[in-house]
Amino acid sequence: MKRKGLLIFLILFIGVIFIFRLFYLQILSSEYSIPTLNNSAVKVTYDYPERGYIYDRNGVLLVANQLSYDIMIIPREVKPLDTLEFCNLLKISKEDFINKFNRAKRYSTRIPSTFLAQLSKTDYAYLQEKMYKFKGFYIQKRLLREYPISSAPNVLGYISEVNEGMIKENPYYQLGELIGTAGVEKTYEETLRGTKGVKFIQRDRFNKEIGPYKNGIYDTLPIHGKDITLTIDTKLQQYGEALMVNKRGGIVVIEPSSGEILALVSAPTYDPNLMVGRERSKNFTKFYLDTISNPLLDRGLKGEYPPGSPFKVITALTALQENVVTPSTVIRCVNNQYHYGNRTMACHCNTYGSPVALNKAIYRSCNSYFANAYRKIIEKYPTSYEGMNVWSKHVKSFGLGNYLNNDLSVGQKGLVPDGDFYNKWYPNTRWTATYSISNSIGQGEVLTTPIQLANMTATVANRGFYYTPHIVKKIENEKLNKNFTVPKYTTINKKHFEPVIEGLFNVFENPRGTASWSKVKGIEICGKTGTAENPHGQDHSIFIAFAPKDNPKIAIAVFVENGYWGSRWAGPIASLMIEKYLTGETIRPWKEKQMFNGSLQEEYEKQLIETTKVEK
Amino acid sequence: MRSKKANILYGIDWILVLFYLVLIFLGWINIYSATVTETEQELINFTTEYGKQLVWIGLSFPLIFIILLFEAKFYEKYASIIYIISLISLVGLFAFGKNINGATSWYDIGGVSSIQPSEFVKAAVALALSKLVSDKLFNLKKFNTQIQALLILFFPAFLITLQPDPGSALVYTAFIFVLHREGLPFYFITIGFIALILFITTLYFGFINTLAGSLVLFLLIILYFNFYRKKAFKRGWLKIIGIYLVAAFFIFSVDFVFNHVFEQRHRDRFNILLGKTTDIKSIGYNTNQSVTTIASGGLTGKGFLEGERTQGDFVPEQQTDYIFTTVSEEWGFLGSSLVVILFVFFLLRIIHVAERQKTKFSRVYGYSIAAIFFTHFTINIGMVLGILPTIGIPLPFFSYGGSALWGFTVLLFIFIRLDANRSYEW
Repeated sequence: MKRKGLLIFLILFIGVIFIFRLFYLQILSSEYSIPTLNNSAVKVTYDYPERGYIYDRNGVLLVANQLSYDIMIIPREVKPLDTLEFCNLLKISKEDFINKFNRAKRYSTRIPSTFLAQLSKTDYAYLQEKMYKFKGFYIQKRLLREYPISSAPNVLGYISEVNEGMIKENPYYQLGELIGTAGVEKTYEETLRGTKGVKFIQRDRFNKEIGPYKNGIYDTLPIHGKDITLTIDTKLQQYGEALMVNKRGGIVVIEPSSGEILALVSAPTYDPNLMVGRERSKNFTKFYLDTISNPLLDRGLKGEYPPGSPFKVITALTALQENVVTPSTVIRCVNNQYHYGNRTMACHCNTYGSPVALNKAIYRSCNSYFANAYRKIIEKYPTSYEGMNVWSKHVKSFGLGNYLNNDLSVGQKGLVPDGDFYNKWYPNTRWTATYSISNSIGQGEVLTTPIQLANMTATVANRGFYYTPHIVKKIENEKLNKNFTVPKYTTINKKHFEPVIEGLFNVFENPRGTASWSKVKGIEICGKTGTAENPHGQDHSIFIAFAPKDNPKIAIAVFVENGYWGSRWAGPIASLMIEKYLTGETIRPWKEKQMFNGSLQEEYEKQLIETTKVEK
Repeated sequence: MRSKKANILYGIDWILVLFYLVLIFLGWINIYSATVTETEQELINFTTEYGKQLVWIGLSFPLIFIILLFEAKFYEKYASIIYIISLISLVGLFAFGKNINGATSWYDIGGVSSIQPSEFVKAAVALALSKLVSDKLFNLKKFNTQIQALLILFFPAFLITLQPDPGSALVYTAFIFVLHREGLPFYFITIGFIALILFITTLYFGFINTLAGSLVLFLLIILYFNFYRKKAFKRGWLKIIGIYLVAAFFIFSVDFVFNHVFEQRHRDRFNILLGKTTDIKSIGYNTNQSVTTIASGGLTGKGFLEGERTQGDFVPEQQTDYIFTTVSEEWGFLGSSLVVILFVFFLLRIIHVAERQKTKFSRVYGYSIAAIFFTHFTINIGMVLGILPTIGIPLPFFSYGGSALWGFTVLLFIFIRLDANRSYEW
């Protein structure tokens, strides 16, 4: 039956086409597929917990949250209302109302948009009762950070909206959410943040919410963020910031007995409140684009500089440990010059050929002495390569040349060269100690950051060990990272520290000590001045110190960019910081005033002009 | 001798009845899923659509009983009267009809509900056509009989188009399969098919291109005949040129009708299907939502009442024309293929039963309902799957609606009644 076949054929044909089409749509094609729980039928809303507070070591509140109230609008849901009353409540004019309404309508009639941002708390309280009258408007709470004390922005950091890269890295975040992007806010992001609660809401095709999705079996409750107590001493921090006004550089203060960072000053600084609210992006851009004074750069953590003379402490300790000098070994520094091969190194010790032993070498900062000691260390071993590695190992045991692995969001490795380093520089491997003789006095290839220097000072203060410097003292219901509570020992024997510390003590005590005029009556300070040569301009001023000599409570490193020499800026600042921390006040108000008012801006401007000239 | 009643029960094709029951059942549970809300979840609730559908289903059983009660001969004898009554019911709509969704296709029944006569007219037309074709003197090769058959189809289709409900009117084109089965020359189907192809190509490529393309094609055919079939060419070259002229006229008129007679919404539907415009927000919204919903079902579906797009009412008219999306979302590829296969076997079964009829009347009627079910099945699921333009006609036994359900029930059970009598001649 030929005629019977046509309809049967068509039926089968259509059936097969339909099944193929279904197979394509439902199984093969991803063109139409939408992930479950993330499609337009299910709305995901988040319940954000309050971000944890941040306190200083004495319980002073440093970072809190402030509520901000925004009036939101969904234009299509707006019913006729008493505009006059509404405008009076919001304190806006009628034209303003119309403008804002039209702007929201242009954006979308269905999607909520901000009608009026950041109402005050009193306005909110008053409005809240009346809001039921105004259909289509509602109040949305937002949490913003608030800084009761305008200090330490480099330590506290800030929060900002996540970008797409962060979302890819960590799927926890959704576009528009906030994340700590600097400082403690970044390193302790997960602790402070808590965990947001999730609610799935079933919607119909008009985006109208019709109830919880699957009766809320996937919903979770928010877990609140934990409060954090920092090791920072706010008073000391603020004092440091005040001392550093109009200067560039960093101060790092560590408590030697615990590794806690008491202050972490970076200058120039800024008011952390500028990084909050409506003005945030404007301010951030301004700071970000300021590549000259660079306020966003934490100089205490990220500035890599040659350590200069403070590094002589390490050279001395290494030489003692390697038994190439004893505390009574003397050299003579003639004509303020040190000769090696047919070259010379300048010295400023002004000892005029009188015998210089370790103690004097330290308080007079004699380059010749340490160059000699360094050379002896390297030459003790059959090859320079081996000698260099031994030296490098000793230096690195002070936490130099590598990241400190602490809880600060940024850091730099610095540089401590070893045998391989010079083998690379001099591929014929025929290099000797004199090739790198500048390392002995902290010039050469050695680079450190102020926090590494401060840690080194703390290590000397402890006579041979340190705790990893850290910024967090306590987290609510949480134990501190073990890394911060275990002491790390150097490769230097404890007995070698005393003679070196005596030398450091004489830097202040001996009338010819390089920091004798920063001496504070009643406090036994040990320190070392430093002047780091700067090929780009005026030398940097460096100072390290700890006090008291026995049972030290504070170790400090100060770094002032283009501060001429160590005792001009860094020394007085360090001594004032120590005095302030140990006694609570200063007995040298004239010095304090001098530091408060002293400015290096002229120096920086001069340098800027010079650099621009060179660039032209 | 067995009683007549027992005879009927014996003669009933229980397989078709089983298909009917299964399809109705599957249809209802999907309507339930598509219309149930959080607040009203009890099964028997006559304010809800699934509740009402349950009533329609319940009432269809007495209807079936009444249909089976009549003698088979009754349907043949009164086919013409039934046809005329149905035409009157369509005409009456223009006076007493109620307008729902822009079409005056409904009679209001005491304000409670409304009834759509066009769903029942299909059965009447099928009966009338069967009666006409089964006449011993009837020969579909003759022109005037062709015209007679055409008129029977034309009147209801025309009246329904005026409502306006062009989708329902389109169903009457299905009878071309019936007429073909009963002897309508094959070239009617060929012409229809070519017309469809020309229609689509004209819309897709524009009428100038199609005109040029078809000219090239015809020149190639003429060349072919010139070289290889000189005989045929000698006989028919005038005819070939004539055909081309007709085709050219057709192409031109398609363009004219499409751009000047169709309304914008009709044009949009075709344009979206042909991929000439993409708009998922307004005019293409239905198709996009429907296809996305189907795709979200995956292999096994999300489970009964678990389809969030169904529960979120994302697909418009989901319980009526788009009911198949519920099947696809909640029961997945497996479930929706099963429904397609069920329909295919159901249709094949009708054809099988039709072919075994001893009277021409029953056979033609059987073919008619197979063609009608087939058209509904093809157009509805084709539209839902996004391979045919948006034409709103129900999926038999699945779509929500009392008139549609009863219309299809009447169609099917008249046939079952006719079939039950096959064992003895009358």
